[in-house]
Amino acid sequence: MQGVWDWFRWLYDQYGINFSVFYDPFDRSSVLGGLLTTLKLAGACLLGSLVVGVVMAWLQGSRVAPVRRAAIGLVEFIRNTPPLVQLYFFYFGLSPFLSPVDPHTGLAQPILGAYLWAVIALSLYEGVFNAEALRAGIDAVPQTTIETCEAFAMSRWQTFTLVVLPLALRTSLPALTNNTVNLIKSTTLAYAIGVPEILSISTQIWADRLNVLEMMIVLLAVYMLLIGALTAGMGTIERQLRIPGFGGQGAAR
Amino acid sequence: MGIPLPAAQPLIELHDIHKSFGAHKVLAGISMDVRQGEAVCLIGPSGSGKSTLLRCMNGLVLPDQGTVRIGPFDVGRIRHDRDKIAMRKYVSIVFQQYNLYPHKTVLQNVTLAPIHVLKQDRAEVEARAHALLAKVRLSGKENSYPSQLSGGQQQRVAIARALAMRPNVILFDEVTAALDPETVGEVLATIRELVEEGLTCILVTHEMGFAREVAHRVYFTDQGVILEDGPPEQIFGAPRHERTKAFLSQVL
Repeated sequence: MQGVWDWFRWLYDQYGINFSVFYDPFDRSSVLGGLLTTLKLAGACLLGSLVVGVVMAWLQGSRVAPVRRAAIGLVEFIRNTPPLVQLYFFYFGLSPFLSPVDPHTGLAQPILGAYLWAVIALSLYEGVFNAEALRAGIDAVPQTTIETCEAFAMSRWQTFTLVVLPLALRTSLPALTNNTVNLIKSTTLAYAIGVPEILSISTQIWADRLNVLEMMIVLLAVYMLLIGALTAGMGTIERQLRIPGFGGQGAAR
Repeated sequence: MGIPLPAAQPLIELHDIHKSFGAHKVLAGISMDVRQGEAVCLIGPSGSGKSTLLRCMNGLVLPDQGTVRIGPFDVGRIRHDRDKIAMRKYVSIVFQQYNLYPHKTVLQNVTLAPIHVLKQDRAEVEARAHALLAKVRLSGKENSYPSQLSGGQQQRVAIARALAMRPNVILFDEVTAALDPETVGEVLATIRELVEEGLTCILVTHEMGFAREVAHRVYFTDQGVILEDGPPEQIFGAPRHERTKAFLSQVL
């Protein structure tokens, strides 16, 4: 490994191409820390957005009209507003409003940090897209299948979890993959509220070293690899879940 | 449920059932009783309300008017989930299009409701499922998916799935209508066995030969009412109603 680091130092010394993150241990550990934050943020938002998606899809199919309308309204609201504005809303709008003020200093004590607000905002934002993707899959489950579940005394929840959701997930998986790709890209927005993810760390490095182009190349390569791994993984899941004779036989990439 | 019904009391009682879908009146005052161990066939032209009538017998369709009693359950007045589950366990159903769960294997299709709804012991349910699949001559297909089976095989899985509930009654909704003539025989043979074992079976069917041979009682329905009913010899041999004669002369 040392040889690689030395080569990048030589590249800088010889040609002025400054990939400091490879030869400088401090930059290297900063970027790795940023990458780790990005991965944690993406992982938490992935889980969160799936939960939001399933719950919102379930609520949108509720028999109780006010619940259904509220769910549809919330989905529309979140879907039709920019994620950066939502992030600002949560962090600069909602957070101070909810945070208790310290009586001695008169300063607000934030109830959640920037990282958790980012998880909440991005989970909601991607979650409603997941809800829409799942809803398409849910609508594709034949009414006769649901009638069968009823005839076998399944509750609405059992019907949803044992039959409807597993079938809907398979139909919706390509759309969910798309949403998840977008989610990973959206984690860069957390930079705007000061979450030290990889874009944020990179800007600090290029501000110090004035190696914007090199850092950009590193950033783009990291996202390319990250999302490439994700889509490959989702493709594998898609193949694993495929049932003989059910749904499309199109090749998952 | 617990209490066995006195033999004299019908297992299923329908009284003056009316049902409309929008402006379309499907059932216009139907009353009938089904007794323990009886094999009942509902015949009649398409759109005469047979399937709707059948669905009233397990509460999938709730009548606009009239009462449905299934064993100890007054279907219109079931309030608790526990009673609803017990009622659906009491009366199981096999559908025209099989309606198997496509993402579950044959074995899982049979065991899903007993394990998750009736909360029975998994090992016991699986042992029973294997025995039922053997009974419908599908041993070895436990791990296949529905789409890997022929229509006749799928329908026999559906019969095993209904039997796995250990029901008192099974409803058969035109279960051979989607099958090719060759596989109709294997499904009917399975149903015949069940009737011979004394299981109460109610069939909506267009298989007149089968109805004639297996049924204890045949009901002819047209335009939402029962025009006539009786033992098969009477319905097929000496129908009284003109409409019945016309219908039978066309299908036989």
